[in-house]
Amino acid sequence: MNLTLKVWRQKHANDRGTIETYDAKSIPVEASFLEMLDIVNEQIVQGGGEPIHFDHDCREGICGMCSLTINGVPHSKEKGITTCQVHMRKFKDGDTIWIEPFRGKAFPVVRDLVVDRSAFDRIVSAGGYISVRTGSAEDANSLPIAKDRADSSFDAAACIGCGACVAACKNASAMLFVGAKAAHLNLLPQGQPEKDKRVLAMVRQMDSEGFGNCTNHYECEAVCPKQISADVISKLNRDYAVASTKEAFK
Amino acid sequence: MAANGSQKETLNSSVPDGPIAEKWTNHKNNSKLINPANKRKYSIIVVGSGLAGGAAAATLSELGYQVKCFCYQDSPRRAHSIAAQGGINAAKNYQNDGDSIYRLFYDTVKGGDFRSREANVHRLAEVSGNIIDQCVAQGVPFAREYGGLLDNRSFGGAQVSRTFYARGQTGQQLLIGAYQALSKEVAKGGVEMHSRTEMMDLVVVDGHAKGIIVRDMVTGEITRHAADTVVLATGGYGNVFFLSTNAMGCNVMAAYRAHKRGAYMANPCYTQIHPTCIPVSGDYQSKLTLMSESLRNDGRIWVPKSAEDAAAIRSGEKTAADIPEEDRDYYLERKYPSFGNLAPRDISSRSAKEVCDEGRGVASTGLGVFLDFRDAIERLGEDTIRARYGNLFQMYEKIQGSNPYKEPMMIYPAVHYTMGGLWVDYNLMSNLPGLHVLGEANFSDHGANRLGASALMQGLADGYFVIPATLPNYLANQEPGSVTTENEAFAEAEKAVTDRIDKLLSIQGERTVDSFHRELGLLVWDKCGMSRDKAGLEEALEKIPKIREEFWKNVRIPGTGEGLNAELEKAGRVADFLEFGELMCRDALNREESCGGHFREEYQFTEKDDAVISGYTNPGEAKRRDEEFSYVAAWEYTGDDSPPNLHKEELIFENVKQSVRSYK
Repeated sequence: MNLTLKVWRQKHANDRGTIETYDAKSIPVEASFLEMLDIVNEQIVQGGGEPIHFDHDCREGICGMCSLTINGVPHSKEKGITTCQVHMRKFKDGDTIWIEPFRGKAFPVVRDLVVDRSAFDRIVSAGGYISVRTGSAEDANSLPIAKDRADSSFDAAACIGCGACVAACKNASAMLFVGAKAAHLNLLPQGQPEKDKRVLAMVRQMDSEGFGNCTNHYECEAVCPKQISADVISKLNRDYAVASTKEAFK
Repeated sequence: MAANGSQKETLNSSVPDGPIAEKWTNHKNNSKLINPANKRKYSIIVVGSGLAGGAAAATLSELGYQVKCFCYQDSPRRAHSIAAQGGINAAKNYQNDGDSIYRLFYDTVKGGDFRSREANVHRLAEVSGNIIDQCVAQGVPFAREYGGLLDNRSFGGAQVSRTFYARGQTGQQLLIGAYQALSKEVAKGGVEMHSRTEMMDLVVVDGHAKGIIVRDMVTGEITRHAADTVVLATGGYGNVFFLSTNAMGCNVMAAYRAHKRGAYMANPCYTQIHPTCIPVSGDYQSKLTLMSESLRNDGRIWVPKSAEDAAAIRSGEKTAADIPEEDRDYYLERKYPSFGNLAPRDISSRSAKEVCDEGRGVASTGLGVFLDFRDAIERLGEDTIRARYGNLFQMYEKIQGSNPYKEPMMIYPAVHYTMGGLWVDYNLMSNLPGLHVLGEANFSDHGANRLGASALMQGLADGYFVIPATLPNYLANQEPGSVTTENEAFAEAEKAVTDRIDKLLSIQGERTVDSFHRELGLLVWDKCGMSRDKAGLEEALEKIPKIREEFWKNVRIPGTGEGLNAELEKAGRVADFLEFGELMCRDALNREESCGGHFREEYQFTEKDDAVISGYTNPGEAKRRDEEFSYVAAWEYTGDDSPPNLHKEELIFENVKQSVRSYK
């Protein structure tokens, strides 16, 4: 198949950036979207140009590195997948495809389609963990956890930290990401001792990174490759309200 | 040039004395300790942030050391451990099905075709239970039963259920656990994290590993980092084959640079070809996708009995449903009745190759077999199958465009894991003092074949429990902070790195980096893949230097060394694969036997062998030669133009009898 690509090119963080047009010719219909870009890049390099830079690694939808906004939608309009799981059979011969980075104030562009998502690491560092020293754990079965509770925790823990939620949100809010991490840990008995401290620290870090607030448009949930429910945001708000009240009356 | 250079003295593995079940406890009791006030004076570099590196960095920081951790990804949470699907083994015996530390040890030694070091494997089995405890305490949401206790499933090469899992995302959940532990230490100031930073060389001062040279992948800046010891946890070298289930960025550069600085590379020919991957469909393909081995708990593997039926399926005249039961060959169940579809990976992979070589493959390329859930769905219902494997079925459908609830999956083996790696002793220290190697990057625990759900176990065992206990044995003899980046060895190594980058950028030839990588990959897959023979390996050894020579004359890398330059990154990695691939073939040529993932066509059981006549094993199975090859082949780099030296570590089996591996 033959396609026209409209691709965001930006030399470095301080470059203004622009949309460039490329022809993607003779793309096998079985190829993945990133393999299509590999083919285009190989042609660009052979022609003496500089390839389009994009983040990617595992190419099986789990590492969270790939991060393209395809025709205006992070990870494409297909539900429940990452960019690397988009396949060309979903496009038609002759299509024009717009490819842009995951945009957000807290996600500065590094080059072309590559953005800096280190703000997410700093949010997790602020409190997204359970403090347990290696070697100090008791037997794993000494604390039974009801299956439905463990499953709910897992649903939130499935987050891959890709940042599609931020890119889809008109406020560039990271509430789905933060809510997912808080829910994963706060739903478990092991997470209780640090529950209040955790939400306060993570939310404050999130705010200081420049992410916006949630105004209930559910765009995050719609693009989340792991289909994490926006319910985690409600839970985050509840946990935050409780924790900040306790803090105020301490 | 001799096939394997000259032979040197036997290597000392420093395995402690005493009965196997007491070695680790005794070793810990006899290991050196560093008091808490002194720990903070020592600095440690950890390269890699996967299960082994992440767990090590977090734990060493908790203990009070100053840790610097490096990864090439944009966040330590993305290391390729994340992609492990199926599970993690532990000898908990929660199922009361007869499991024990000894059985996990035995299964792992046997699964590795008696080519691993007994003492290391026993230690792995001993700490396996602690890993599960640790992960649960961190909040890893393992699958649970309705009673709230942890659930288990079965994996290949075992007859007990000892695999803990978190849906099909076990690696992800374990890695997030380690990442969170690491993040906690980053916040505390114990770990200085360097993401998007690639190790370019190892710095050796007076014969000890004391630092690394790195490139900041965003700015292109080359910097020096000194420490009292260096820990490599940089994964395997599966991407030497170009197509593998590894992430695109996985590479051998850190390990290979260490090798060139004096660390021995052990058993590089032991590569694992995973039996259940989505078949290759075309030359545009960038990577292969694994379907978890756990699918073999319920899926049945088959091809038609006749080549005619297989041809009809390939051409689309027939579908799987048109083949009646009596015309199907469930070849694993037929050949290995007691393990059936859960035969170990090397055996399952080779069996798939055999039936496809017989013309009975079912994918359009001829290279594919069925993995069929029809019977399991009939027996258990679609809902149960969805609960067990839903995300895997969904992933398959997305890639292949076919619904595995209705039609059988098509699978074929692909490169997945590498058992070989840098040689380490019982303390996980390389022959190069001060260099420690963990996880897939070392060679020690899996022998010639790794069992499913054991990679996660090993990575976390090394990182959480082994290295924190063994590192003081080295550090206690070192003056903390005695080497700084002012040392001339840093200047020399930095110059070597910048010269290499300048050289790569100056070539400006005609061919892309990927075209060389693909050419190398196809060659080693063909000659040093699922089966190998002398002629093929010799051919590869003749061709690889030519590809390498052309690479250094004709590669085209656009842009400069400043700033993000993905082609330059790939070029450095491929340049090392072009050298490493030769070493892998050389090792495969040297090992004139078949064992585990290393199958030499010249060495297989035939109808004339007693073990076949007695019905113990089948013709075509791998034939080890214990008298000649019961050793670890550790290769010493001697220069770009001279063959490597072979050092041997004799493998001594005191607790498990080396036998013909039978899964019948």
